Amino acid sequence: MTHAKGSSRHGIRETKADRVFDVIVTILVALITFSIAYPLYFIVIASFSNPDLVASGQVILIPKDISISGYTYIFRDPRIMTGYLNTFLYTVLGTVLALCITIPAGYALSRRDMLGRGIIMKIMVFTMYFSGGLIPSYLIVKGLNLVDTRLVLIILGSFSAYNLIICKTFYESNIPIEVQEAADIDGCSIPRFFFSIVIPLSKATIAIMALYYAVAHWNDFFNGLIYVNKQALMPLQLFLRDILISGHTLTNSNTADPEQLLNMQRIARTIQYGVIIVSSLPILVFYPFIQKYFVKGVMVGSIKG
Amino acid sequence: MVIEQRNQRAATVKPKSKGLTGQLKRTWVLYLFVLPALLYIAIFNYAPLYGIQIAFRDYKPMDGIWGSAFVGFKHFKTFFTSYQFWDLLRNTLVISTYSLLAGFPIPIVFALLLNYLKSGRFRKVSQMVTYAPHFISTVVFCGMIFIFLANDGIFNQVIGLFTGRSVDFIGNAKGFKHIYVWSGVMQGMGFNSIIYISALTAVSPELHEAAIVDGATKLQRIRHIDLPAILPTAIILLIMSTGQILNVGFEKAFLLQKPINLQYSEIISTYVYKIGITKAQYSYSTAIGLFNNLVSFIVLVIVNKISSQTAKISLW
Repeated sequence: MTHAKGSSRHGIRETKADRVFDVIVTILVALITFSIAYPLYFIVIASFSNPDLVASGQVILIPKDISISGYTYIFRDPRIMTGYLNTFLYTVLGTVLALCITIPAGYALSRRDMLGRGIIMKIMVFTMYFSGGLIPSYLIVKGLNLVDTRLVLIILGSFSAYNLIICKTFYESNIPIEVQEAADIDGCSIPRFFFSIVIPLSKATIAIMALYYAVAHWNDFFNGLIYVNKQALMPLQLFLRDILISGHTLTNSNTADPEQLLNMQRIARTIQYGVIIVSSLPILVFYPFIQKYFVKGVMVGSIKG
Repeated sequence: MVIEQRNQRAATVKPKSKGLTGQLKRTWVLYLFVLPALLYIAIFNYAPLYGIQIAFRDYKPMDGIWGSAFVGFKHFKTFFTSYQFWDLLRNTLVISTYSLLAGFPIPIVFALLLNYLKSGRFRKVSQMVTYAPHFISTVVFCGMIFIFLANDGIFNQVIGLFTGRSVDFIGNAKGFKHIYVWSGVMQGMGFNSIIYISALTAVSPELHEAAIVDGATKLQRIRHIDLPAILPTAIILLIMSTGQILNVGFEKAFLLQKPINLQYSEIISTYVYKIGITKAQYSYSTAIGLFNNLVSFIVLVIVNKISSQTAKISLW
């Protein structure tokens, strides 16, 4: 934007090469945007359309012969409901826990008067670059009797050194040392300062952290795969694998009626489209509002990696 | 008023924080703030490091870590001489190098494109759209890949329209790497460009104005103003990705695996999972994982060293 303004202010006409450049830039961005937007859009319209018309390639721009039969099957599938509730629980509790761990730590490590904070940071950052590997981690979780519990899916992923860095960087640049010193003089204790000054000043960072952790929990597949075997505890993503990857489209929904089974096979794809929508719904709904926070998070984190 | 406060502060703060003990007395509560985080990494990041030693033992859960027999490098030798070793290493390296070659420059190009887009509204829409796939879960994303590449999928409908034939994308084992890498580019391109966009917006507009006055074309401005501005960011990200050269994302490779493409899609991390979790060969798979992590870490240290000596840019 600034560049365009700059050129007109100086009254220098763009060269032919520059105009060609502008056209090419616009076309490329349009192509890239379209090639990402269309598949997402297609899933939406295909999930509402008659499966036969989708399969024969007639649903291209708008949904045709609108039906919600796919969604009816989805909401009758007990796996989806179980997975949804489980993941919701893991996401909410996991995010709260993550905030309780990350925010105070990020604040403490941002204070220059904390002795040994350099070493503590090094200990934290090291975990980003080297890990014990899958089996040693698994054995620890197993040793703590956390395998096949809800707790493991809440706790794991409740801290990341990367998020800590973002948090710490924010506090370093946004809580003026003068405010802290003034509070010290007035005899304000550190916990009180933290709760009544720091927290209210850092609502945006807390929102970013909450979003990062919540999306990670919602989308987590790995921890569920490794640590949970009981169907009743499985997160949504594991059931999604059944339906989307392994192709077990709702075969568990107890029906023996051959006609209905045949019908279900016919709309298997529609069900898959619908499942994608249903499972991404929380993110889809909030995405336009939260997008700027994610962007902000990346920028804060990039100041010091 | 302000001055008065400052003087007061100078007078009161100094004696309060006399010496290390004084400072500790004043700030000890900060360690309580960090304690939960330290506990977390102690349990879930550092305790597993202690468990690495089972790579050098014949670990049996009944005997515990110390009770299991010490076997030295036996498991490593088994791995290096096993028939899967070269396949695993090749698949892992091919996929990660290919991902790096495509996934590293494309976000930079995309950031430059967005930066030179004239319409601000179009830029916002494009960012909104291209960031979105980043938030889709790996499972859903892989499901979408299968749906779109299926024989009745959208790609084959288009191909069929022109050629009357259909291409078996999923069944083509050698095509696995292309599917893996290019879907990854699509998923990450937008989001990974953010960091470059923020570096580009930090460029002083005066530089561009001066260049325009001097008659520089936009391509010349990219070459001489924009690229130098994002170089430090790019180097840091490049170092970090080379440190991940053996850490191909487990989830996506695992989910895209089919028996038909296993010859090209089995990578170290999925193999570790199968040997360790599914077959419960704890020691052997720990050894493979350790080999993987050590190589990654050493590569990272070396690349970082080179970078800090040549470009004066370092991760730590």
